[in-house]
Amino acid sequence: MILAVLEAEGGALKKISFELLTAAARADEALSSGGVTALLIGPGAAAAASSVPAATAREVLCAEGVAFEHYAPQAYAQAVLAASEAASAKAIVFGATSYGRDLAPRVAAALSAGLLMDVTDLFAHEGGLAARRPVYAGKAIAQEHALGERAVAAVRPNAFAARSQGGAAAPARALAVEVEAQNVRAKVREVRRETGGRPELSEAEVIVSGGRGLKEPANFVLVEQLADALGAAVGATRAVVDAGWRPHHEQVGQTGKTVSPGLYVAVGISGAVQHIAGMSSSRTIVAINRDGEAPIFKLADYGIVGDALEVLPELTREVGRLKG
Amino acid sequence: MNIVVLVKQVPDTATRIKIASGGTEIERQGVNFVVNPYDEFAIEEALRLREQHQGQVTVLTVGDEKSEEALRTALAMGADEAVRVSAAATDSMTTARAIASVVHGLAPDLVIAGKQAVDDDEGQVGSLVAALLDWPQVTVVTKLELKDGTGVAEREVEGGVEIVDFSLPAVITAQKGLNEPRYASLPGIMKAKRKEIRQVSVDAKTVGEPTLRTLSLQLPPERSAGKILSGMDASSAAKELVRLLHEEAKLI
Repeated sequence: MILAVLEAEGGALKKISFELLTAAARADEALSSGGVTALLIGPGAAAAASSVPAATAREVLCAEGVAFEHYAPQAYAQAVLAASEAASAKAIVFGATSYGRDLAPRVAAALSAGLLMDVTDLFAHEGGLAARRPVYAGKAIAQEHALGERAVAAVRPNAFAARSQGGAAAPARALAVEVEAQNVRAKVREVRRETGGRPELSEAEVIVSGGRGLKEPANFVLVEQLADALGAAVGATRAVVDAGWRPHHEQVGQTGKTVSPGLYVAVGISGAVQHIAGMSSSRTIVAINRDGEAPIFKLADYGIVGDALEVLPELTREVGRLKG
Repeated sequence: MNIVVLVKQVPDTATRIKIASGGTEIERQGVNFVVNPYDEFAIEEALRLREQHQGQVTVLTVGDEKSEEALRTALAMGADEAVRVSAAATDSMTTARAIASVVHGLAPDLVIAGKQAVDDDEGQVGSLVAALLDWPQVTVVTKLELKDGTGVAEREVEGGVEIVDFSLPAVITAQKGLNEPRYASLPGIMKAKRKEIRQVSVDAKTVGEPTLRTLSLQLPPERSAGKILSGMDASSAAKELVRLLHEEAKLI
């Protein structure tokens, strides 16, 4: 069995969960492991379980209760280990999100299992699980093999196509997990939301990013307007983050986020090596830059050589007209 | 407040990667190695906590003699002690086992690491060490406050911030934004040169079996040349680009 550790919020599955189910199916095929069991932990687990399609999982295990009211890595790891045992899992698949990246290592350590982190593909190798994963922020691609009896993987958002939703729901049941309070010594107290209604960078289908070519922080409003017209997330280069124009959580690149959206629009970005590393796996790249010789154009599928400040309002207007 | 900071030496982020002849590693020749950028935030945070709470900051790395350069940089920034761990560690798990065994002996109040190394991008050693020691962890931290054996940390998550209560000893991993790392002063650099770096060997039994093996390392496929519009006025270029994205790429 493959255990897919799904993510939900407010009783609804997150997009990564449907991508995870694709990855889990891939792992199941690679290991001939006998199917996929899904796991949901925390408040609303049972509600979210009702949207796991029967075609994607044999069963959904739900760990709810006071121990799981807020994220606590030690308690949540206990739940994953209990589910792994119940399902006799050969591999456990997480999303490479802030949740999965935090939780997967604790599970891997408990099982002495290889943790394939931030993978973009899974395949069989010598009877075990192997993966492709970007390293050096995407400047190179590694193939890694998880040795030993069991494997753990965390899959990069946007790397696996989401499984189709709807249809009959997979059967769900409650998973009983013993958690001793004194063994839980880190716990989330509260969550502060900070996106301003835009999609989150690492999950976004479309990203509009700005760099030095915008000349001053106030001009970022032009980037935001295009982003809003496209329903996109806003990104930024290290240069403008370090200059204090934009918050760090918007930084794309080797010391920021590595993103793989369907469409990446780079505005006033020349294309420093460390920025390119963070976005070069985007499916389609659009560059807008005054300097036609800028390295970003070597990567771009489409581009405009021109002043970002003149082109952006026109683009926003055209997109608005198209979307009506 | 005794703090151990985990550091790793990595290629500079401006490095253009070349694959070495074996096909599983990068070509190290001509590469400029630096302290992993996220580890600089970890070192800085440890120094600030020492200023507030007294105690000692020990920097620790697992690696060969060359990796001592990273320890010297941390010493120059103001760390008190440096430990280089020699171990036959080939992946994150074996590295974490080696670190956990040494940290166990040092018995600090806090371990701080960078949230990930910018070479293998795994970001798992900090949490693995926490799990192996049965300590709590808070990863990707942008704000940290400690008081009387407990702490409050803010960690960056998708679209927001989690505020986490934890107790010491614990492992924290540092995200950019946690602080502004100081530059090493000239006297600091001179002093660091003379400091002794303690060597600790961890035996094969403690390191155990690796859990991952690299099968291959390749450069990503090159992207083919795109359609670049130049010499057009902003309005016509924008119209044409939107048309291409709509009709050809079918993205909007």
